[in-house]
Amino acid sequence: MVEMTYSQAINEALEEEMRRDEKVYILGEDVGLFGGCFGVTTGLFEKFGGERVIDSPISETAIMGSAVGAAVAGLRPVPEIMFVDFLGVCLDELVNQAAKMHFMFGGKAKVPLTLRTACGAGVGAAAQHSQSLEAWICHVPGLKVVMPSTAADAKGLLKSAIRDDNPVVFIEHKALYGAMGEVPEGEYTIPLGKADIKREGKDVTILAYSMMLHKALAAAETLALQGIEAEVIDPRTLVPFDKETLYKSIEKTGRLVIVHEAVKQGGFGGEIAAMVAEECFDFLDAPIKRVAAPFAPIPFAANLEAAYIPDEAKIIAAVKSFF
Amino acid sequence: MALNKVQMLELYRKMRTIREFEETVAKFFSQGQIPGFVHLYTGEEAVATGVCANLEKQDYIASTHRGHGHGIARGASLNKMMAEIFGRIDGECKGKGGSMHIADVELGFLGANGIVGAGLPLATGAGFAAKYMKTNGVAICFFGDAASNRGTFHESLNMASIQKLPVVFVNENNMYGISMSQERHQNISDIADRAGSYGMPGMVVDGNDVMAVYEAAEEAVKSARAGGGPVLIECKTYRHHGHFEGDACIYRCDEEVNAWKAKDPLPRFANRLQEMKMATEAEIDQIDAEVKKVIADAVEFAQNSPVPTLDELTKDVYCD
Ligand SMILES: Cc1ncc(C[n+]2csc(CCOP(=O)(O)OP(=O)(O)O)c2C)c(N)n1
Ligand SMILES: [Mg+2]
Repeated sequence: MVEMTYSQAINEALEEEMRRDEKVYILGEDVGLFGGCFGVTTGLFEKFGGERVIDSPISETAIMGSAVGAAVAGLRPVPEIMFVDFLGVCLDELVNQAAKMHFMFGGKAKVPLTLRTACGAGVGAAAQHSQSLEAWICHVPGLKVVMPSTAADAKGLLKSAIRDDNPVVFIEHKALYGAMGEVPEGEYTIPLGKADIKREGKDVTILAYSMMLHKALAAAETLALQGIEAEVIDPRTLVPFDKETLYKSIEKTGRLVIVHEAVKQGGFGGEIAAMVAEECFDFLDAPIKRVAAPFAPIPFAANLEAAYIPDEAKIIAAVKSFF
Repeated sequence: MALNKVQMLELYRKMRTIREFEETVAKFFSQGQIPGFVHLYTGEEAVATGVCANLEKQDYIASTHRGHGHGIARGASLNKMMAEIFGRIDGECKGKGGSMHIADVELGFLGANGIVGAGLPLATGAGFAAKYMKTNGVAICFFGDAASNRGTFHESLNMASIQKLPVVFVNENNMYGISMSQERHQNISDIADRAGSYGMPGMVVDGNDVMAVYEAAEEAVKSARAGGGPVLIECKTYRHHGHFEGDACIYRCDEEVNAWKAKDPLPRFANRLQEMKMATEAEIDQIDAEVKKVIADAVEFAQNSPVPTLDELTKDVYCD
C-alpha cells in the first residue's frame, strides 16, 4: 500500500489509463497548464501534451457535447466539468445525447465517456458551487453514476469507468481532494456496481457515500463506545446499485439509516429506502431513517453551512432513535 | 456631455472606494476571516465606475463572480456588502449568498453570479421588461472575456438584437479566464467584433481610462434608452490579483503584470484630474482619506453584525 491523497489517486488513474489507451483524452477548463481548478490533473499536460490534455474555453455545452460526438466516433473522452453545479449548462448533452444514444440507436452506438466533476459543500463556496446533484442523473436511464469516498476507491473506480463502454458520471467530493488514504500498489480496478462494507457491525446498517461515508464511520466509532455496533456500507456506485450487499446487511441488522449530503427531498436516499421497503421489508425491525440536507439551497454563512451539512451528531441521533 | 468637477471627483471617489474595499477584503480573506471564494476587481475599477455613472434609478445591472465593483458602482451599501462577504445577518443577502451572490434588486443590481455567462440572458430579460413596461430603463450586463465563449453570450446578443432591447453588453476583457489567456481561448483579439454577427454596434475602449469608458457607455446607454437596440462595449483591462484569492498566477509573467500596473486606472485618473486642474493633490488625498474611513466603518459594521440564526436555513426558499 502507498499513502496518497484522493486527488493524487485520481491523477494516477488518469495517467495510467492514458498510457494504456491512446484513445483516452482529457478536455476541460484549466485542466492543462493550470493542472485543474483543484489541482487534480497536475502534471498531465506536461506528460501528455496539449493534444491529449486539452484546455477548453468556457463552453460546457461544447465540452460535453463534443465528448459525446468523439466517443461515438471511437475515442474515450474524459471531460471535466469543474463543479457539478455547472451540469445545468450542459445537461442536454448528457441526458438527451450521451445517455440515450445506445438505446435510441437500437444498440448500435457506444458512448464510452467518463465525465469527471466535483460536488459537495463545506468550503464556503455557497449556493452555486456546493451542491450534490447525483439524484438528477441517477434518474436518467443510460448513465452510470460513481461517487467514491476514498483514494483507493477513486483510483480503482475511475479506471473501470474509463474502460466502461457506457457514459459514466464520476462525482468527486471537493473537500476530499486532500484526504490521505492507502492505495494498493500497481495495477488494479474496482468494478462498478459493487458496494464495500467499510465497517462491520450487527446492530444497524448505515449506508453512506462520498464525504458522508467518513461522517458515518466517525459516528460508528462513537456509537461503538456506547455499545451499538454499526455496519457501514459504501455503495460507491449509485447506478448500478449493489442491492445484494445492502440487503444482506439489513437481514443481519434489521435497521437502516441512509446518509447523503444532498437535499433529502427527491434525493437518492428516497430511492434506496423505496427499494428496501419493496424488496426486503421483512428484514426490517424499524422504519428506515434518512439523514440528509434540508430542502434549501446551500447557505454561505459558515455557521449556516455547518448546520446544513449532515454530520456525525445527526447520524448518531438517527441511529439512537432505534434503541 | 462634458462632466463637471463634482462629477469627475465622484468618479474618482467611486474608483477609490472599490479599490479600498477590494484590498480590505483581500486582507481579511488572507487572515482567514472570510470563507469561500473571493474574486477581486482591483485594476478594473474604471469599467464599472464609468458605465454605472450613466445609469438612472429604473436601470438594471447584471454582474459576475467578480462583482463587488459593480455593486459599489451601482451604489449598493458598503456596509451591507461587507457584511455579506463576512457572512453576517446584516449583509445584503442576510449572509446567505456571500461574495459571489451579492445583490440588491431594489437598487437595480441583479446580483453577482457564480455561473459564468449567466448574467447575459438575465440582463436581456431585464431589458425586455423595461421595454415591455415602458419604464424607459436600460439593462447593463457586465461579463468577462472568457464568458464570451458561452452559448448564453451568443443567444443573448442575438435575442436582444432582434427584439431591439435596451441592453448594453459590457465586456470586461482582462485577457484571462482563470489560467486561459485570451489568445488561447478564442481566435479573435477584439470581442467587440462579435457584435457584427448579431447586427449590433460594437466598440472597443481603454477599460483603464474611466473617461473613455464613461463616454462610450454614455453613447450606448443613450442609444439603447432611445430605442436604438443593444450595443456591445469591450473594455480592455486587467486584474491585478489572481483569478481568486490564493491563485499563484503561474500562467502570467511579472512583466505583463507590471506593464498593466503602470496603467492602473486610479493614479492615471488622479493625474489627469490634476492636469485638467479639476483637483489638487490635496483634494485627491482628502478623498482617499475619506474613503479609507468609510471602508473601515464598513468592516466595523460587518464585524459587529451577528451571524444569521439557524432558523434562516430554511427561510426564503419560497416567498410567502
Ligand atoms: C458555467 C461556468 N463555467 C465555469 C465556471 C468556473 N469559472 C469561474 S470564473 C471563470 C473564469 C471567468 O473568466 P472571465 O469570464 O474572463 O471573467 P474574469 O474572471 O476574468 O473576470 C471560470 C472558468 C463557472 N463559474 N461557471
Ligand atoms: Mg477574464
